Amino acid sequence: MTAITPDLLRRHGLSEDEYWRIKQLLNREPNLVELGIFSVMWSEHCSYKSTRAHLRRLPTKGPQVIQGPGENAGVIDIGDGDAVVFKMESHNHPSFIEPYQGAATGVGGIMRDVFTMGARPIAMMNALRFGAPEHGKTRHLVGGVVAGIGGYGNCMGVPTVGGEVNFHPAYNGNILVNAMCVGLARKDRIFKSAAEGAGNPVVYVGSKTGRDGIHGATMASAEFSEDSQEKRPTVQVGDPFTEKLLLEACLELMATDAIVAIQDMGAAGLTSSSAEMAAKGGSGIELNLDRVPQREAGMTAYEMMLSESQERMLMVLKPGREGEAERIFQKWELDFAVIGQTTDTGRLIVKHQGTIVADLPAHALSEEAPVYQRSYTPRAVPLPLARSAVDSSRPPLATLLTLLASPDLCSRRWIWEQYDYSVMADTVQQPGGDAAVVRVHGSTKALAITTDVTPRYCKADPFEGAKQAVAEAWRNLTAVGAVPLAITDNLNFGNPERPETMGEIVAAIDGIADACRALSFPVVSGNCSLYNETNGEPILPTPAIGGVGLIKDIAQMANIAFKREGDAIILIGKTTGHLGRSLYLREIEGREEGAPPAVDLAEEKRNGDFVRRLIEAGRAGTVHDISDGGLLVALAEMAMAGGIGAELRRENAGIAFFFGEDQARYLLAVPAREGESILAEAAKAAVPAELLGTTKGDALSLGRGVGITVAALRAAHESWFPAFMAAEKPA
Amino acid sequence: MRSAVIVFPASNCDRDAHDALAQLSGREPHMVWHGDSDVPDVDLIVLPGGFAYGDYLRCGAMAAHSHIMRDIKRKAEQGIAVLGICNGFQILTEAGLLPGALMRNADLKFVCRPVELVVEESQSGFTRKYSKGERVRFPVAHGEGNYFADEATLDRLEGEGRVVFRYAPGENPNGSARDIAGILNEKRNVLGLMPHPERACDPLLGSTTGRALFQSLIESLT
Repeated sequence: MTAITPDLLRRHGLSEDEYWRIKQLLNREPNLVELGIFSVMWSEHCSYKSTRAHLRRLPTKGPQVIQGPGENAGVIDIGDGDAVVFKMESHNHPSFIEPYQGAATGVGGIMRDVFTMGARPIAMMNALRFGAPEHGKTRHLVGGVVAGIGGYGNCMGVPTVGGEVNFHPAYNGNILVNAMCVGLARKDRIFKSAAEGAGNPVVYVGSKTGRDGIHGATMASAEFSEDSQEKRPTVQVGDPFTEKLLLEACLELMATDAIVAIQDMGAAGLTSSSAEMAAKGGSGIELNLDRVPQREAGMTAYEMMLSESQERMLMVLKPGREGEAERIFQKWELDFAVIGQTTDTGRLIVKHQGTIVADLPAHALSEEAPVYQRSYTPRAVPLPLARSAVDSSRPPLATLLTLLASPDLCSRRWIWEQYDYSVMADTVQQPGGDAAVVRVHGSTKALAITTDVTPRYCKADPFEGAKQAVAEAWRNLTAVGAVPLAITDNLNFGNPERPETMGEIVAAIDGIADACRALSFPVVSGNCSLYNETNGEPILPTPAIGGVGLIKDIAQMANIAFKREGDAIILIGKTTGHLGRSLYLREIEGREEGAPPAVDLAEEKRNGDFVRRLIEAGRAGTVHDISDGGLLVALAEMAMAGGIGAELRRENAGIAFFFGEDQARYLLAVPAREGESILAEAAKAAVPAELLGTTKGDALSLGRGVGITVAALRAAHESWFPAFMAAEKPA
Repeated sequence: MRSAVIVFPASNCDRDAHDALAQLSGREPHMVWHGDSDVPDVDLIVLPGGFAYGDYLRCGAMAAHSHIMRDIKRKAEQGIAVLGICNGFQILTEAGLLPGALMRNADLKFVCRPVELVVEESQSGFTRKYSKGERVRFPVAHGEGNYFADEATLDRLEGEGRVVFRYAPGENPNGSARDIAGILNEKRNVLGLMPHPERACDPLLGSTTGRALFQSLIESLT
């Protein structure tokens, strides 16, 4: 038997304390296979050992919640017997090492999480963070990640309908690839992972097991260093073709009542799926590895248990239903093998070549991982930016052009045209608006979907920044006319063993919790990705929020495009001209300073509810939330989307008015006769509202001097991305 | 009009094609598995978009040798209408039912966007409800839609009025020779096109100009 040395423990990412605990639980020393199993199950990636204690503070309940965190994905009731199943998950480390396959398998993994629950995936989103554009690797990573997301999602025939992209030097050595999948199921046909009962067959379906991705979960639970490229063999390789077959085969089998439990083999593969299913069902599982379909000869038990080969599922069937299930998988030309059975022993027993190679308590593996109360230091919140610190003499329109052509604000068309966003013929709002809108097939309902977070705010103040991320997601859903229902969160941070980073995590979770509570917007699923740092340099704290809302009648939906000339442009919400941490300050003045804008959640709710009521009543069809870049950027986006200009009567307004990033604000364009009554109603509802101007002509003007044509705005907005990606050498 | 939609492993526009046919013809199309040996007795066979067999080897190459293709070839020769959309067009060229080939897009990237097309030919069962020169707008969504054929073949296609859809000037998304978006076979009963008319049948999706293609078929085949 292999001796367990400190070096072996280190290579498995286990501490001495954790090893001591394993020996206590087993009452003996583990063998190498067992050590490997413990190491992946107790990795940060699988066990959430640093965050578990804090995640409990998140609100996860509500009348709309069918399934909160703890299953493969969250489930929300949308009426008429329909349910929405969704989750967001990171694939950061693999995507940095091997961008195409890392991003592709991230998409594949999150889709499996959703169809495991019995849902057909109907939309994909992604939240991406890359390093500085001028960094030597950025272009290669952007190209690879986008191609990988498209390559997988397009083949699956699931539209990729939106997302967000930021560039910042803090991601130079550690990009973020967060993918979100939204699926549709019948409320009474949700599948779960609890392997209840003894003597039920345990079935393996999908691709064969190979040596790829061994210890992927452990890699995702450690910092990077210069030699991270050597970890390339731990990145999995995706095959969307097989996944598409797996999706159809699983849904076909799910239409019967043969399945007791089902779980995808994602991180830590066969190990985590079997241990988690047994632990949740209060049962045990006995596996015979000789029966596992294998891609290559001579694989050891250690390799098979830790492989992260993609496109595989583990199911527990009702006894006697194997034949029926096998016929379905044969039709789809997928491997199908009965590899074990459930027991009542509570143990995960693994046999290989006639001997027992692992005999472990399933519950301890999945539920008794150490929970750490890591020490943390709260971040000192920066002082607000002094108003006098900003150069207010710049001409607003020229500044607008610069901002529209900046990496974080320019058009993402180069990216989303590589995604099939129109397959399934239900995408009623394509990428580029506030939220993507996808019709519930065959109905007049629709889902609004968005992903949001502003990492530069979170860096300055993780609590307010995280609040803002939730509020912005809520606002984006509201801006298309949806009732926001629930979120999934993808918490991307650095090394939690550093008190400063742990402080960011704790504050961000508190911020999310506050906002979710105030906006009745519970968290139903999520994922933590920690250790996002290279050579001791952490990323910006990035708690990405994926929000889903319901549009009850698709005939009453708003989008950002100006529809006609002569509409009154109304600004909803209070404008103080908050420039701290704004894109104006960073892109124009080259500074990342001050405090981020605070979010008043009561005001957010009041303003948003007011706007949504107007949309639902069919009185406002043109709505845009104001976020990155401020009011003038939002206005330009509305003009570009509709091909119609606007005239504002704000001769004396300054930089802070035009580019401040105050929260809880919307721009509306409504028929002139509606304008007056909306202003009066807003006053009654204590919602700040003012008339800004009128849609007009083919240029944007501020009431003095010459305007700027919509064509010129578009040219600036569309130019940066293609030019950046086409450049041969680093910019 | 009785129709059938062929489902290959990893077809993914089969449902979209089904819905467009069902809505416009009022009859449920048959969904036919690629492993079957016969297509039921129908007036129209649709090869939908997707990534049949993962597009491994070459797009459409493996699907072209699928079991069901023998019967489709037979029926095409008998004059039954066959419509190949996107991956279906690729399969038809690989199967030899249409000339030429679809190469990787000139910029080597997948492209999804609505494109403007010119209906070059209204003298066909697929386009009789359009008028010659009419502009329509269908989405494209493909990585390999760059139509290629030798000059003689291209001349012949043009001369015989078999180029049915052409990308409008400035709209060619993939580098296709002579801006070709869709072509007919010699007997004019097989049409392949890269853009997706089935995604242009609903005002909520931005265009309804795809309906006339299915309505043309219904009118000619009912």
